[in-house]
Amino acid sequence: MGLEIRIPKSDRAKRAVEKRAPKLSENGKKTLILQGTKTSNMLNNVLTELYHLKRGSAIRYTRKNDNIRPFENGGETSLEFYSLKTDCSLFVYGAHSKKRPNNLVLGRTYDHHIYDLVEVGVENFKSMKDFSYDKKLAPRVGSKPFFAFIGEGFESVEELKHLKEVLLELFRGEVIENLNLSGVDRVYVCTATSSNTVFFTHCALRLKRSGTVVPRMELVEVGPSMDLVVRRHRLPNEGVTKQAMRKSIDPHKKKPKNVKSDFEGVRGRVYIPDQEVGSMPLFNNVKGLKRERREGKPKKEKDNDSQETKKQKVVSE
Amino acid sequence: MESMEAVAADNYQIDLGNLMAFDPNHHFQSVPSDRDELANECLQRGTELVQAIANAVFNIPTREDLDGPIVTLPAPTTRLPREKPLPVRRPPTAWETFAKTKGIKNRKKDKVVYDEQTHSWKRRHGYDRVNDDKDVPIIEAKMTDEPGEDPFAKRQTEKKQRVEKNEKNRLRNLKQAAKVGALPSHVQLSATSLPITGTQSVQKKVGKHELESVAGMAATSTASGGKFDKKLPGEKPPKHPGKFRKFLPVAEGKGMGSLEREQTDKVLNKLFSKHSHEIFDVNKAVNMYNDKNEKKKRSKKQDGKASPYANKLKPASGKSFKKSSSSGSSKKSPGKGSSKKSSFKKSSSK
Repeated sequence: MGLEIRIPKSDRAKRAVEKRAPKLSENGKKTLILQGTKTSNMLNNVLTELYHLKRGSAIRYTRKNDNIRPFENGGETSLEFYSLKTDCSLFVYGAHSKKRPNNLVLGRTYDHHIYDLVEVGVENFKSMKDFSYDKKLAPRVGSKPFFAFIGEGFESVEELKHLKEVLLELFRGEVIENLNLSGVDRVYVCTATSSNTVFFTHCALRLKRSGTVVPRMELVEVGPSMDLVVRRHRLPNEGVTKQAMRKSIDPHKKKPKNVKSDFEGVRGRVYIPDQEVGSMPLFNNVKGLKRERREGKPKKEKDNDSQETKKQKVVSE
Repeated sequence: MESMEAVAADNYQIDLGNLMAFDPNHHFQSVPSDRDELANECLQRGTELVQAIANAVFNIPTREDLDGPIVTLPAPTTRLPREKPLPVRRPPTAWETFAKTKGIKNRKKDKVVYDEQTHSWKRRHGYDRVNDDKDVPIIEAKMTDEPGEDPFAKRQTEKKQRVEKNEKNRLRNLKQAAKVGALPSHVQLSATSLPITGTQSVQKKVGKHELESVAGMAATSTASGGKFDKKLPGEKPPKHPGKFRKFLPVAEGKGMGSLEREQTDKVLNKLFSKHSHEIFDVNKAVNMYNDKNEKKKRSKKQDGKASPYANKLKPASGKSFKKSSSSGSSKKSPGKGSSKKSSFKKSSSK
C-alpha cells in the first residue's frame, strides 16, 4: 500500500487549514450556540442574547438537533462533529423538557472531544430590552470584559467552582497583552446566592473622574440578567486535564539579558564595549598629522587671535 | 479609610490577565426576596470588585497610542485548558541528521548566478535557469561512452531519477514525522486508492501460499495427475489428491444397485420442483382434458364406424398412415365407412 501526500491546492485553502492547526499560543476560543428539538420562548431569547454578547467569536446554529445529548453516551457524537466543523471549542446547548425546563448545557472541548460539562437551568430571565439606560454607555462588540465573582460558594461548592471557570472561559474573549484603557466598558457580575444558584448579570461601566489616575467605576445594568441553577455537571477526565493544561514554552521569547526588576521598577545594566582606539585605521592625508604645517601653524594662529581680539575691542569701544 | 480599602483589596483574589476579581468571603445573611433588591446588592458588591481591578489596571504605567492609553497586562493566573494539544516538533530529516554529524551548515546562496554560456545573469533554479540541460546543444563524446546510447536521453532520464529519489526521500521524512504526530498542518498522508476507471489495475504481489498452490495445480494437471513427474525440491503435495467425482455403476447389482438412480432422481426432482409452476400450464391442461373427453365420446359412438379422416383418405390411396391411431382403427372396419360419412356431413350442415 502506497502513501500519498495531500496538500491544499490553493493558498487560501492552505491558510484555512493552518488557521485550525494546533498552535503554541492559541487564538481565542470560538463558541457554538445551538439547541435541541424543543426550546421555550425564553430559552430562545437566552440563546440569542448570549450570541449577541459573544458576537464576533460565536456561531449560532438555529436548526433543531435531535441527536445531541451531551451527558449521555453516544449523544455527543454530532456535537463533537460540529465542534470540528466550525472549529469551536466552547458550546452552549439549549433544550427544554418537562424534567429539565429551560436547560442550558455549557461545555468545553479539548481537541474536538468533550472536555467538561455544566448543566444549568435558567430562571428569572430578564432580557436586554427590558433594561433602560443611556445608550451611550452600551458596551461595544468584542470589548474585553471585567469579571466580578461574589460569594463563598464559588470556592466551597464544587459545582459552582466549576461553573465559575466555565463562565470565565465563555465570556472572557481572547487573552490579550495590551489593553486600551478607553475601551473598558463592560463587566459580568456573578453572585452565588445559594449552594446551587448563581445570579448572573451583565453591566456597562461608567468611568467617573475621581481626581486621581484611577477613575471611579460605576455599574449600569444593561442585561441580560438571569438566575442559573446548577443541575448536572461533569468534570474533565484527569488524564485529559493534564494534557490540556500543559504550558508552552515559547522558544521565540528570550529572557532579556542584564535587566532586573525590583519593587522600584526595571533596572538595566549597560556594557560599553572597548573602543579600541589603538587599532583605528590611520589615514596619511589627515592634515593635522603633517609635521611641517603643524610647526608653522601655531604662530600664525596666535597672531590671528591677537588681531581679532584687538579688532573686537575696537568695535566694542 | 485607606487602610480599610487596602484590607478589602487584600481579601479579593484578582486575576489581572483576565480582568477578574473574586470575593470569596461574601455571604448573604438572607437572600433578598425582591429581585431589584438582590440586583442592587450584587451591583454594590460588584462595584467594589470592579474598583479593585481598576485600581490595579489604571496604575500600570501606560503607553500613549492614537486610540488611547494602552497598558500591558500580565499573563492570566487562572489556569484554563488549551483548545488543542501542543504542536509537536518535527523530527530531523535524514539529511538534517547526516549534516549534523558531518558538521554541514546551511549557507545562503544568491538567487541569481552568472551564466558563462550566455554571458548573462540567470536564476539558479526554475524556468530559464543556469546550466539547464535543455540549453546544451552539443555534448562532446568521451572514450567511456557506450555506442548507441543517446546522451541527451540519458541526461533526461538521470534527471528524472533524481527527482523521483528526492520525492521518495521526502515521503519517507513525512512518514517519520507522521509517526510522531508532527506532520506540517497543511499536509495529509493518505493511502492511495484504487484507480476508479479500472483500466489500470494495481499489480498485486503474489504471496508464498498462492505460489505454492499454483505450482501444485500445474504439477497435477498432466494426464496422469502428476503421478510420473519429478518432484521439485520444496514442492508440496497437491491439495486434492485423487479424484474429485465418483461415477456410480449404472447396472443394478448388489448393494450399490439403486444408488445411481436415486442420485439422478434427486437431481431431477429438484429441477422439476424448482420449475413446477412453469411446467403446469392451466389452459393447456384444460384443453387436453376436454380433448380427451371428446375423443372418448367419439370412440364410443364410433364403435364399429370408421373415422371421417380415414374415410376421406381411403379412396385416394390404399396406403395406411403410420402415425395416426385413428387410421389404425379405421382399418378394422373398412366396409362401413361410406354410411358414416354421410351422417357426419348431415350433422355438419345443420
